[in-house]
Amino acid sequence: MRLLSHNMLSSNIKGVTNGFPLRIEAEKVVVKQVDLNVRFLKNMFPKIEWKALVEASRTMGYAELPEEVEPSKLDSRDFLQKFHHALLELVLEEGALVCPETGRRFPVSKGIPNMLLHEDEV
Amino acid sequence: MKLKQLESLLGGLQQFSNPKVELEQYPTGPHIASRMLYTAENSFGDVCDKVVADFGCGCGTLGVAAGLLGAEHVIGIDVDPESLELASLNAEELELDIDYVQCNIKNLGWRAEVVDTIVMNPPFGTRKKGADMDFLSVALKVASQAVYSLHKTSTRDHVKRAALQQFNASSAEVICELRYDLPQTYKFHKKREVDIAVDLWRFVPKSKQGPEV
Repeated sequence: MRLLSHNMLSSNIKGVTNGFPLRIEAEKVVVKQVDLNVRFLKNMFPKIEWKALVEASRTMGYAELPEEVEPSKLDSRDFLQKFHHALLELVLEEGALVCPETGRRFPVSKGIPNMLLHEDEV
Repeated sequence: MKLKQLESLLGGLQQFSNPKVELEQYPTGPHIASRMLYTAENSFGDVCDKVVADFGCGCGTLGVAAGLLGAEHVIGIDVDPESLELASLNAEELELDIDYVQCNIKNLGWRAEVVDTIVMNPPFGTRKKGADMDFLSVALKVASQAVYSLHKTSTRDHVKRAALQQFNASSAEVICELRYDLPQTYKFHKKREVDIAVDLWRFVPKSKQGPEV
C-alpha cells in the first residue's frame, strides 16, 4: 500500500470519532519507481492531509518532506520529486495500520492491509 | 489504447478458480469491462490521470482496465483475501502498480475528497438482498467525480430512484445496455450459460459536479 491510499483510509470502528490518520508500523518498506506526473501532483496537493503524509513517510524511513508547505512550492521540481516519492513510490509491504483512537491493529501483509472489522466493531 | 487491444489484454487475466456464492462472485468479462472503462475515459475523461477505486474488485479486472487506460492511482477493495491475491497477480502480470485493501465496502472508513472515479460490478443482490444498493450508497459518498456501475436492467427504475432520492446523486444515466454472458459458475445454475441484460450506469455525486480547477 502506498501513502496516497494511506492518506484516504481511516479507522471506522464503531464509536471511533477520529480514526484518521492511521499510525503506521513498518516492518518492510519497498520503493517502486513510478513516472512523475506534474499535473496529477498539482491537482492532488490540495486534497492531501499534509501532516499525515509527512508523519507517514517518516515512519517509512523517508524524512525529506517539510513540516509546513506553501502551495508556491509546487513550482519547485525538487519539491515535486519529494512529494511524488512519498506519495506514490514508498510501499508498505509488511507491517500494520493502527487506529489512533483505540490502538486496534490492522495487519498489512504482502502489501495488502486487512481492514475487516470484527462483529462487535461494526 | 484501442478498445480491441484493451479487451484482449483483459482476456488474459486469471479468473476465480473457486468462486464464492455468498459473495456473488461472477467475473466481469473482458467484453463488458473493456467497454465500461473505454467509455469512462473516451466519452467522459474520468480515468486518465485520475484516482480510481474498484469496489468489490474480485480478481481485479475493472481496476486493471483503469490502470491500462492511464489512471494515476488505482485502489481495489474486496472482502475476500483470495480474490485480492489473484488481483495482485493480475496487476503484476501487466506491470501495473495497484493498491489493494481488504475491507467490507459497507464498513469502509474513507476521507471522501481524494477518489475521483469509482468503477464497480457489485453483487446484483440476488443472494443477499440490497447488496448492490449498499455498494452504490458508499460509492456515491466516496467518489468526487463519477461512479460507473453495472446493475440488472430489470432493476432500472429502482436504481434510478434510489440513486437520486436516497444517495444524493445529481444525475443517474444508463449509458448502454449490455449482455452479461454468465457461464455456468455454480452448481445451482441449471443452464450452461445465461444471458442477463445489464445496464451500464454513470452516476454523478451531488455538490461535487463540474470540471476540476
